[in-house]
Amino acid sequence: MPIAVAIAMLVLGSVLFHLFSPWWRTPIASNWGSIDSALDVTLWICAAAFILLNLFMAWVLVRYRHRAGHRAHYEPENASLEKRLTIWTAIGIAGMLAPGLAAWGRYVSVPQDATIIEAVGQQWQWSFRYPGPDGVLGAAAVKYVTPDNSLGLDPLDPFGRDDLLVEAGDLHLPLDRPVKIVLRSKDVLHDFYVPEFRAKMDLVPGIVTYFWMTPTKAGTFDILCAELCGTGHHEMRGRVVVEPPKAFAAWQAQQTSFGQILAETPPAAMSILLIKANACIVPASWSKS
Amino acid sequence: MATTLADDLRPMHHPHSWVTRYVWSQDHKVIAIQYSVTAIAIGLVALVLSALMRLQLGFPGVFPAIQPDNYLQFVSMHGMIMVVYLLTALLLGGFGNYLIPLMIGARDMVFPFVNMLSYWLYLLSVIVLVAGFFVPGGPTGAGWTLYPPQAISEGTPGHQWGIATMLVSLAIFVAAFTMGGLNYVTTVLQARTKGMTLMRMPLSVWGIFTASIMGLLAFPALFVAAIMMLFDHFAGTSFFMPTMQSMGAITPTEGGSPLLFQHLFWFFGHPEVYIVALPAFGIVSDLISVHARRNIFGYRMMVWAITIIGALSFVVWAHHMYVSGMNPYFGFFFATSTLIIAIPTAIKVYNWLLTLWRGDIHLRVPMLFAIAFIFTFIHGGLSGLFLGNVSVDVPLSDTFFVVAHFHMVMGVSPVLVIFGAIYHWYPKIFGRMWNETLGKLHFWITFLGVYAIFLPMHYLGILGVPRRYYALGETGFIPPSVHLANEWISIAALIVFAAQGLFFFNMIWSLFRGPRADPNPWGAASLEWQTPQTPPAHGNWGPTLPTVYRWPYDYSVPGAPRDFIPQTEPRT
Repeated sequence: MPIAVAIAMLVLGSVLFHLFSPWWRTPIASNWGSIDSALDVTLWICAAAFILLNLFMAWVLVRYRHRAGHRAHYEPENASLEKRLTIWTAIGIAGMLAPGLAAWGRYVSVPQDATIIEAVGQQWQWSFRYPGPDGVLGAAAVKYVTPDNSLGLDPLDPFGRDDLLVEAGDLHLPLDRPVKIVLRSKDVLHDFYVPEFRAKMDLVPGIVTYFWMTPTKAGTFDILCAELCGTGHHEMRGRVVVEPPKAFAAWQAQQTSFGQILAETPPAAMSILLIKANACIVPASWSKS
Repeated sequence: MATTLADDLRPMHHPHSWVTRYVWSQDHKVIAIQYSVTAIAIGLVALVLSALMRLQLGFPGVFPAIQPDNYLQFVSMHGMIMVVYLLTALLLGGFGNYLIPLMIGARDMVFPFVNMLSYWLYLLSVIVLVAGFFVPGGPTGAGWTLYPPQAISEGTPGHQWGIATMLVSLAIFVAAFTMGGLNYVTTVLQARTKGMTLMRMPLSVWGIFTASIMGLLAFPALFVAAIMMLFDHFAGTSFFMPTMQSMGAITPTEGGSPLLFQHLFWFFGHPEVYIVALPAFGIVSDLISVHARRNIFGYRMMVWAITIIGALSFVVWAHHMYVSGMNPYFGFFFATSTLIIAIPTAIKVYNWLLTLWRGDIHLRVPMLFAIAFIFTFIHGGLSGLFLGNVSVDVPLSDTFFVVAHFHMVMGVSPVLVIFGAIYHWYPKIFGRMWNETLGKLHFWITFLGVYAIFLPMHYLGILGVPRRYYALGETGFIPPSVHLANEWISIAALIVFAAQGLFFFNMIWSLFRGPRADPNPWGAASLEWQTPQTPPAHGNWGPTLPTVYRWPYDYSVPGAPRDFIPQTEPRT
């Protein structure tokens, strides 16, 4: 008997906990409302199953508890009951899978007009790169990394010259514009995670990963690392500032381009940088002395 | 054929001394106890590690001895020990060894020597694992998933030696499991007694049998992953290592794929969930049926569900990798296969409930644990649908929701079954009865306690609290109430932790002082309760093997004098 009461109370308690718990999703700040809705549909279907099955069990435990003279019913199978239950389950499953897959369909389809912005992870900080006026990110790889070229841009790739670099600073995003965030790691796995955006994706050294979203709310949000990356994992923080396009453009105008950095790099460091790129000749215009 | 092999007494290895009876024993029952005691002992280490983690999360800064490095080491060792060295070893090496021969009417496993070797190799793997605590740098802190490159790179605790002992230990474990697993499969196929058709086997045997086949197919993926990572670590290969920056320098490694490891790991890791779950499903089916005095509802459907789950579990692995950076289009396939697997799983839940329905439910301690299992398994199974449903997984992955889900579904649920099973078979194994009051107290604290621990964690995860964090620090979206929740969860965890003392006291005290048990105290119909001696003697069955005439679920058959008919009773 106490177990039947306990099961019923745990169901009731879980429902009350759900209704009154102060912990729920953060207010959404991106276009991924479809993910939230898919979660809601999944939650309602699962909650119904949880409540029905457990209350049925609690009732059965009371109704068919052992009493003197009582005997169980002998019934090895009931094919039609099992068939009906299977069909209802399949319908419930399809009901959650449909919105889940539909949201995923959008998640994997990056809009043509999305701005490309790169986030680079390393133990244990975030850096960012914008494509500059040409709209194209220059080639980059870990093998190009030097103290003066910490994001590892290919110094010989002309597309990289106008790229804007934000090392260990805040990420700025224009409000209401779709962005494709491409992700690159210099060392181990990381994961770009802003709870308010809902979207997240791992950074995998050796390949470039991505996700896309549209920030829909101006403000400042925390960037966390969501893939264990060593001792400092919990301290790998960054900040993202979502602001109206005008403010974003003004901020962007103040950032340093890779070309500017190259121009200010002393010759000795420059030659190291170029050796990494297997370049034999230093163009005269790059050398000030 | 099957009966002649099992009936032949000549290949039986008879013990001649105390050492061959209890230490280098080839008797499946002794090996089962050796496996179980070792698994529970190493499980206790993992339990202590979880208490240490909870101390840090609940009371950050209060215990200066817990630093980020040891915290990650606790996380990693806790996870790996619980999943592999406790649950897999206890359910297959322990219960598999004890129950298979007794439930199918065999004298022993078909390869008793290999069986003995399996245990000793398992013990060796545990020793190598524990050695990780004592090597320079301590055990690995790469998480139980051991993802490269961090597992063998600067910045991760134990990246020099701890990871090496872990990988070597896993490789030895796989060898040990293979010896055991081949034995379980062959024994079920070859050594069933006369009349014991496959469709007359108790579901416990079906669960263990299917899990063993799965283990034989899944563990090799872990084995090769471990060997490949050892090569990367010590021989300078680049299976999993791309060009990367480490200690400010560029590594000489080139072209390796961290994702390849993740695929190998989860190709093992997901079936592994069911390798643990299926024996628990089988065992709990038997507990429910015996204590509800009712035939298991839909036996054939249950067997099909077990085999279908076993097969499908090999095509769902990448649902652990939705945000890993693999080709995102895989998400469509793996979400669909993952949610389909929920259908046979739900059928199992329905059939447990329908077995209780119209039953004659005796609420003894094993049954209480079985009922608690149904509750936690429904909860954990349903939360898995969130994570399997690809886009819903995106915000939840790597948060406390995941921690809550897998603890509920493959931590708490199988452990409740294990407790129920130990209480259930203890009278047969040791011939003594445990104390009912202590058993009930242990049950109530454990059941209510674990729910108090894991229910709130789901909500922290939905809020976005990340897992594997030593400290949450100042984070905009995390309100102070989260710290309060962490405190409560830790207190509940410590209470549950302490309550396990009741279980150990009860089991050990009853071993010596418990009243003599009836050979069949629950009135069970399956074969293991019909042995001529309790505890069963070497060879299990005396001079002749039992003959089976019916399925193991003839409870409350109309017209029968008693409310159960043993499998050995001829049909009239």
